Amino acid sequence: MAELWSNPAVQTLTWALVKVLIILHAMLGAVSYLIYAERKICGHIQARTGPNRVGPFGLLQPVADVVKLLFKEEFIPAKANKVVFHIAPILAVFPAIVTFSVIPMGPPPTFVVTDINVGLLLFLAMSSLGVYALTLGGWASNNKYALLGGLRSSAQMISYELAMGLSTIPVLLQAGTMSLVGLVERQAGWYPVGDTGLWLPNWGIFHWFLVLPFVIFLITAFAETNRAPFDLPEAEGELVAGFHTEYSSMKWALFFLGEYMNMLVISAIAITLFLGGWHGPGLFLGTDGWWSPGPPWMGLVWFLAKLAAFMFFFIWVRWTFPRLRYDQLMAFGWKVLLPASIVNVLIAGVWIYLRGPRP
Amino acid sequence: MIPLFLGFAALLVATSLLVILHKNPVTSALFLVLAFCSLAGIYLLLHAEFLGMVQIVVYAGAIMVLFLFVIMYLNLQHDVETGVQIAVRRGIGWLAGAAVLLTGATLFGVPAGGGSGWALGPANAVDPAAGAGNVRAIGRELYSRYLFPFELTSVLLLVAMVGVIVIARGGARRGGARRGGPPPAAGPADPPEDR
Repeated sequence: MAELWSNPAVQTLTWALVKVLIILHAMLGAVSYLIYAERKICGHIQARTGPNRVGPFGLLQPVADVVKLLFKEEFIPAKANKVVFHIAPILAVFPAIVTFSVIPMGPPPTFVVTDINVGLLLFLAMSSLGVYALTLGGWASNNKYALLGGLRSSAQMISYELAMGLSTIPVLLQAGTMSLVGLVERQAGWYPVGDTGLWLPNWGIFHWFLVLPFVIFLITAFAETNRAPFDLPEAEGELVAGFHTEYSSMKWALFFLGEYMNMLVISAIAITLFLGGWHGPGLFLGTDGWWSPGPPWMGLVWFLAKLAAFMFFFIWVRWTFPRLRYDQLMAFGWKVLLPASIVNVLIAGVWIYLRGPRP
Repeated sequence: MIPLFLGFAALLVATSLLVILHKNPVTSALFLVLAFCSLAGIYLLLHAEFLGMVQIVVYAGAIMVLFLFVIMYLNLQHDVETGVQIAVRRGIGWLAGAAVLLTGATLFGVPAGGGSGWALGPANAVDPAAGAGNVRAIGRELYSRYLFPFELTSVLLLVAMVGVIVIARGGARRGGARRGGPPPAAGPADPPEDR
């Protein structure tokens, strides 16, 4: 046994599996309480109290919801394509879980499952596979509203993926790496703003040519996760419930789970690319008179704090803005976001070529 | 490595066969997605991480979604072709298949040590420089040595795009395509509003 353990490959594999298990369960727990948070925040935005009957402050509401979903009748339409109908909800969840394997949640090696040199591309690949869940779910249900929702989703996600991919390119130009750990490490430290005596964190968002990509990334993030104001695939006013009209019980819950997991993943990527990942202002006064970032777990705390702030932002936007019309959505993606991100890639490229990337 | 390669290769062969053997076009398209993913797996085993990921982004994520989109939109449930057409197509298919099989058999026949022969299992690829190695290497080659073919390919794609715009616009001018559909600004292929 000890002999087996001394093999570094076995150790790596074991620790990776342990981390995967922890992340998986943490995500499931986080999603159920995100739904609670969504209902609570939505309630307060609309001057209600939200769920407050089950447990103190309604804190046991997610448990009740999950138990209810588990015991609901599972209904499959008679003319549905049974196999695809079963596969679609699985496809809704798996890309999000796979992407989380490359996201650095704190300083390596403790808080990183794996660091590959094409981490960002893995994220883009998985988010492009996410379309299949909605398209196939809508098609297999054999329902016209579901089909319309599925077609809308594929058109929407393909259109916004382009702008999203292009908005990450200036970040790569600045950092010179595609590994997500490398990207975060490039954002460590502080830099002075001219002669003003002001110091800013060296995060992506504080580079002038990365501000526009950050905004574009945020907007496309809403479109990719099908959240309001871009929730056209499930526009209930026009399409009953869109692509998941025919789904019930746990299959419907999987679609729900997928949506929230995708929100978590896309926020984590935004934090990694633009908001300094696990870095934060130092809170611990060292013996040398400098504020130090503190022990490695402080990185995890910063990361989770940023993630929570992002989640609040997602929920806040959903309950504040009305839904776009479909042609407005497509025109905005193709005529505004795409040209803007291409122009920004050019400007950032020329700037970095002339000045060199900032250290 | 070898068991992983054999797994991906078997999956690739099986799904590729199912693509052409399955009757339902949507199922065929889904098997093609799976085939692309297993091909990406083989790329990863060869240390071509960039190619593997791009394979998924471009083929599985974008092109196949468009295929599915078209299949679902046109609602092609079954292929009804009979007579001479199908006979000719099958004949050509058999001939081309036989040619490929013959080439493969000949190449396998050459002993593995003999230079140009094929061998079972992954090639002994020389590990590219560690780190961001192969993204950088591919970028360098693409924008220096292969710049001309690369630019030609982009021009080809541009021509296709212009063609699509011309066709879409021609349909709109005759006035038949506007009935009840979404407003004309609803798609990538729409002409700019410059009239």
